[in-house]
Amino acid sequence: MTADAAAGRSAASRTGAAALEFRGVTKRYGRGEQAHGAVNDLSFEIPSGAICVLVGPSGCGKTTSLKMVNRLIEPTAGEILLDGVNVLTEDVTALRRRIGYVIQQVGLFPHLTVGRNVAVVPALVGWSKGRQLARADELLSLVGLDPASYRNRYPYQLSGGERQRVGVARALAADPPLMLMDEPFAAVDPIVRERLQDEFLRLQRDLAKTILFVTHDIDEAIKMGDFVAVMEEGGRLAQFGPPDEILAHPASDFVARFVGADRGLKRLSLVTIADLELAPLPASARAGLPTFTPSTKLRDALSVLLAADSRGGIALDEEGQPCGFVTVDAIASALADDRQPTATRPGGATTTGVSAAAGDAKVTAAGGDS
Amino acid sequence: MNGEPLIRWDWLFAHLGPIADRVGQHLYLAAIAVSVGFAISFVLAAISIRRRKLYPFVTVLATAAYTIPSFAMFAALVAITGLSVFTAEIPLVLYTIVLFVPNIVAGFDSVPWDVLDAADGMGYTRGQRWWRVELPLAVPLVVAGLRLASVSTIGLVTVSAILGDSFGGLGYYILDGYHRHFTTEILVGGLLSIGLAVIADLGFVLLQRLLTPWAARRTVGG
Repeated sequence: MTADAAAGRSAASRTGAAALEFRGVTKRYGRGEQAHGAVNDLSFEIPSGAICVLVGPSGCGKTTSLKMVNRLIEPTAGEILLDGVNVLTEDVTALRRRIGYVIQQVGLFPHLTVGRNVAVVPALVGWSKGRQLARADELLSLVGLDPASYRNRYPYQLSGGERQRVGVARALAADPPLMLMDEPFAAVDPIVRERLQDEFLRLQRDLAKTILFVTHDIDEAIKMGDFVAVMEEGGRLAQFGPPDEILAHPASDFVARFVGADRGLKRLSLVTIADLELAPLPASARAGLPTFTPSTKLRDALSVLLAADSRGGIALDEEGQPCGFVTVDAIASALADDRQPTATRPGGATTTGVSAAAGDAKVTAAGGDS
Repeated sequence: MNGEPLIRWDWLFAHLGPIADRVGQHLYLAAIAVSVGFAISFVLAAISIRRRKLYPFVTVLATAAYTIPSFAMFAALVAITGLSVFTAEIPLVLYTIVLFVPNIVAGFDSVPWDVLDAADGMGYTRGQRWWRVELPLAVPLVVAGLRLASVSTIGLVTVSAILGDSFGGLGYYILDGYHRHFTTEILVGGLLSIGLAVIADLGFVLLQRLLTPWAARRTVGG
C-alpha cells in the first residue's frame, strides 16, 4: 500500500513523522434537542509520512475535523491519537507548537518581517536568536524564496503566492512531525496554485511529514493525497482510501457524484506513461506521431492522441529514445486492468500496484516542473 | 485697541520666562490628563472587548460626560474638590475617555481573525498572543486615539484658567488678555496653545511611524 511507500520515505527524513488516528471522533454544537452534529463518529488512520486529504462539500465538517487535531476545537467525543497518544490528554500549547499549521488566509503576522514570521515557533520554544535566524533562512530557501532578499520584508510587500510559501515555511520551522493544512492553496490563482502544489509535493518527498490536508476541490485531493477521506454533510466519512480506489470504486452515490462523471479520466491523471505496458513500435511508426516522456500523465497522453486524431504515439525513455508504442486502447485498458482485481481489497497485491503507480505519478509530475 | 499694534513685542520679550513656565504648566496638565485618561480608557476598553454588551453603556456614559460644557464642569467641581489640581484634571480626564475607548476597541477589533487563528494554532499562550500579536497590531488605532485626545486636551487646558492663576497653562494669558483688553496676551496664549497641539500631533505621528514600520503606507508592487 501507499503506507509502504510512505514508510520508506519517512525513513529517509531527518526527524520522522507521526501516525495520526481518528477514533470515533464526534463534534456536536448546541445541547439537547437543538444539538447538531458537525462531525459524526469519524474514524480513520494515516500512517506516518503520508498525506491524507479531507475533501467534501462546504459544511461537511472537514475544517472542524482538522481543527480538532490541534484542539482549536475540542471534540465532543472520541480520541485523536498522535503516535498513539491521545492529543486530548496533552498540554494544549505544547501540542500546538509541535504541529505545523497552514491556513488559506495564511495569517502571517503583519507586524513581523518574513524572517521573524518563519521563526515564530522556534522563538516560542526558546531557540537562540542565531539559531532562529539560521532556521528561517534555511526554510525560506527550501520554499524557493531567496533569504537575502526576503527575510527583512514585511508581509504586505509579498504577492499571494509568496505569502503562502512563507506560511508553509513557518509551519515547518520547528520540524513538526505533523502538519495541518486547511485549504492552503485555495486563495491563489490556478496557475500559482498548481505550482505551489507541485513544489509542495516535491518538498514532501524529502520531508515526509504526516499531513492532514483539507480541500473542497476533488482534483486537488486526488493530486495531493496518498489517502483521500471523502466527507459528506452531517460530518460523516463517506469513503476513505487511496485516490485511485475512490475514483475506481466510489462507495456510494454521494461519492460517485462528488468525484464527478469524469472519474475515469481523473484516474488517468494518476498514472504515467512509465507505468503503462508499452506495445512494441510498429514498423509503420513514422515521424510526426505524438511523443511522450515517461512522466506524461495518461490523461494528457489521451488528450494529445485525440487532438492529433492519431491511433498511437511514441513513448520515449529517459534519454529521449523511442522505446514503445502508446495507443488509445492501451490507455483504456490501463483502467480496465486495475478495475477487476482492485475489487478484492483490502490488502490485495494489485492494490499495491495501483497505489505505487499513483505515488510515482506524483513524483514525476513534481520533478518534471522543477 | 486704540492704535496699539497687534503684538507688542517688547511685552513678549520681557515675559519670556513666565511664558515658558506657562508652557510647562500647560504640558504638565495635559500630560497628566492624557496619561490618566488613557489608563482608565484602556481598562474600560478591555472590559468592553471582553463583555461586548457593556460597550454601549461605556460609550453612552463617556459621551454623556463629553456633552457637559467644560466651563460648567470646572465651576461645579470647585464646590466638591475646591481649587485643587483634581478640579482641573477630572474634566480633562473625562473628556479623553470618549476619544480613547472607541479607538482602542477598534484597534483590537482590527486584528484580522486569520492572524489570531494562526497565532492560536501555532501555540501562543493567551498572554503571549495579547502582548506579541494583538497589542502591536492595535497600535495604529490606539495612536490615532492618542493624537485626538492630546490635541483636544491641550485645547481644553486653557479653559481651566477660570480656576485661578495656578491653572490654565497658556489659558492664563488668554483670560488675562481678555480682562485687560490686551490683544498681545490673547494671541500669545492662543497661538502657543495651537502650536503645542500641532507639535504633540506630529510627535505621535512620528511615534507611530517608528512603532509600525510594517504598516503599508502605499501599495507596494511585488
